[in-house]
Amino acid sequence: MSDIRFTDQHEWVRVDDDVATIGISDYAQEQLGDVVFVELPETGKTLSAGDEAAVVESVKAASEVYAPVSGEVVEVNGALEDEPAGVNEDAMGNGWFVKLKLSDASELDKLMDEAAYKEFCDGLD
Amino acid sequence: MSGMNKQGRPTSFAESGGGAERTTFTGNKGLELEEPLIFERDTKGACGVDLDEPEGYQPKIGKFERKNRIGLPGLSEPEVVRHFVRLSSKNYSIDAGLYPLGSCTMKHNPRLNEKMARLPGFGDVHPLQPEQTVQGAMELIDTLAHWLKTLTGLPAVAMSPKAGAHGELCGMMAIRAAIEAKGEGEQRRRVLVPESAHGTNPATAALLGYKVDTIKGDGNGRVDLEALREKLGPDVAAIMLTNPNTCGLFERDIIDIAKAVHEAGAYFYCDGANFNAIVGRVRPGDLGVDAMHINLHKTFSTPHGGGGPGAGPVVFSEALAPFVPLPYVVQKDGVYDLIETEDEAEADGTSPFGRMTAFHGQMGMFVRALAYMMSHGSDGLRQVAEDSVLNANYVLASLKDVMSASYEGPCMHEALFDDRFLKGTGVETLDFAKAMIDEGYHPMTMYFPLVVHGALLIEPTETESKQGIDLFIATLRDLVAATKSNDKERFSGAPHFAPRGRLDETAAARKPILRWQPEMPAQAAD
Repeated sequence: MSDIRFTDQHEWVRVDDDVATIGISDYAQEQLGDVVFVELPETGKTLSAGDEAAVVESVKAASEVYAPVSGEVVEVNGALEDEPAGVNEDAMGNGWFVKLKLSDASELDKLMDEAAYKEFCDGLD
Repeated sequence: MSGMNKQGRPTSFAESGGGAERTTFTGNKGLELEEPLIFERDTKGACGVDLDEPEGYQPKIGKFERKNRIGLPGLSEPEVVRHFVRLSSKNYSIDAGLYPLGSCTMKHNPRLNEKMARLPGFGDVHPLQPEQTVQGAMELIDTLAHWLKTLTGLPAVAMSPKAGAHGELCGMMAIRAAIEAKGEGEQRRRVLVPESAHGTNPATAALLGYKVDTIKGDGNGRVDLEALREKLGPDVAAIMLTNPNTCGLFERDIIDIAKAVHEAGAYFYCDGANFNAIVGRVRPGDLGVDAMHINLHKTFSTPHGGGGPGAGPVVFSEALAPFVPLPYVVQKDGVYDLIETEDEAEADGTSPFGRMTAFHGQMGMFVRALAYMMSHGSDGLRQVAEDSVLNANYVLASLKDVMSASYEGPCMHEALFDDRFLKGTGVETLDFAKAMIDEGYHPMTMYFPLVVHGALLIEPTETESKQGIDLFIATLRDLVAATKSNDKERFSGAPHFAPRGRLDETAAARKPILRWQPEMPAQAAD
């Protein structure tokens, strides 16, 4: 498994070469419940870490998904717009939201690794 | 991610056990009558009135004459009457029973209000009538304005906003105008909103282009004064605070909050949705409030939502009074005049920020609200506040041994519980609320406020009798006992006795049927 990092806002980021794939964590999809709508950014858009990257909506609430790292949007998971349930089914895999071309790999160091994130979530309930 | 709602509300239809329903041949359940959409009742050629085809009729609009049916259904008069009577019988309203929707103040709408609103001099006037023909109606607006100012201790009021959130927008636009008049428009871009505020507050600030900054609670359901002080600065435009707040608690530090906000050069917007808890007892002007909307459909008993248009007049402090929007009523030598243009306003010494509505506001609601005030008098209004607080505390005290009250001590006009009492039962707040429907009650507000888990917010209002509240309390106690028994079916898939069982909200959002289509019979309504 490649190196995966998490934010305290429940986004995950996985890096292959200089492309970062971003999604929301399994904990987040669980808390949101059945996702009914996903809004994705335009490809080519440049995001700074902390910028709004996407919007995810469940029956309970609408939430913004923030970019954990900076970069240019090179691909979005358009399948989610037709089948938002994909987020619930496989949040950590096929339910990814966007792919960014990393502009500053050092930003990854500020994020949590899997063990730290698990501990973080355990502390939330 | 922002704003992630972790309140535990289940969203999966399948897990809720919903779906299965016992049916009859007609779809009727005893006196509970099934009713399709009016388009499904269509009988081609049927009509309420029989008129002969005119002979030798020549249309005068030539080629513009309509060639196709416009798609109106054909029904006879009794069919139309039955259709709407049957639909109305499916509606749960305050006229049908207790409606404990927290923060909504669903109280009785006195019939005296209705009688007054139907007087021809109020009911049959038109906003474009010459002013000299509607002097009485304008006097009524002015009189109501006077009492709203008196009850809030604030010197100015905008009568035109059409509802609470519209009033918020009006209040914040006046604040923005005042800030811009001081030349600080560029600098003050942040609005502070406590996490216990009404959801419309941050929405209003965002709509006006402000950055919303959340203030943490103190852990006891109130604003943390120190956290607020830290957030204040020269870039803050205003604070938007609800008092009493959505936890049903009075913000005890409100005077210190107002002082700190004013020292920072910002304005204090108070959401007056819960004014019914303090009317006649506390004047917001004395607390340092700069602007506050008053939901006439809450505190002053005019009908809510579908029952009639809302009305959200906004009262203003001295600092904001000059910016009150057009139009407004003035009186000189016993003659009432509507100030409608900027020129007229300039001559009157004000500088309105603009206009919220085409006309002067909801006349029918003004009549009802004034009828309510006049019939209660000052002692009666004081008792409204006292009884609303008493009733809510009676509910709180009668249920806190079996349900989990979120905060220590007494509440104001609404009692807040969370879902700790459901822990381990397999029943969620949502199931509990649905089971209340089977018992004939509109559920309380649930999963709001967000600051507690699985919230149940109950506002009985002052218009319920002790007998009525006792039955409600007994019902909730019985339901709580059932959550701990083997009778889980009472909750899973509930409501069982409503016209429809549990609806699949997720499917409705993912695959909405937005338009009726002829080739999709009956099940379209399901």
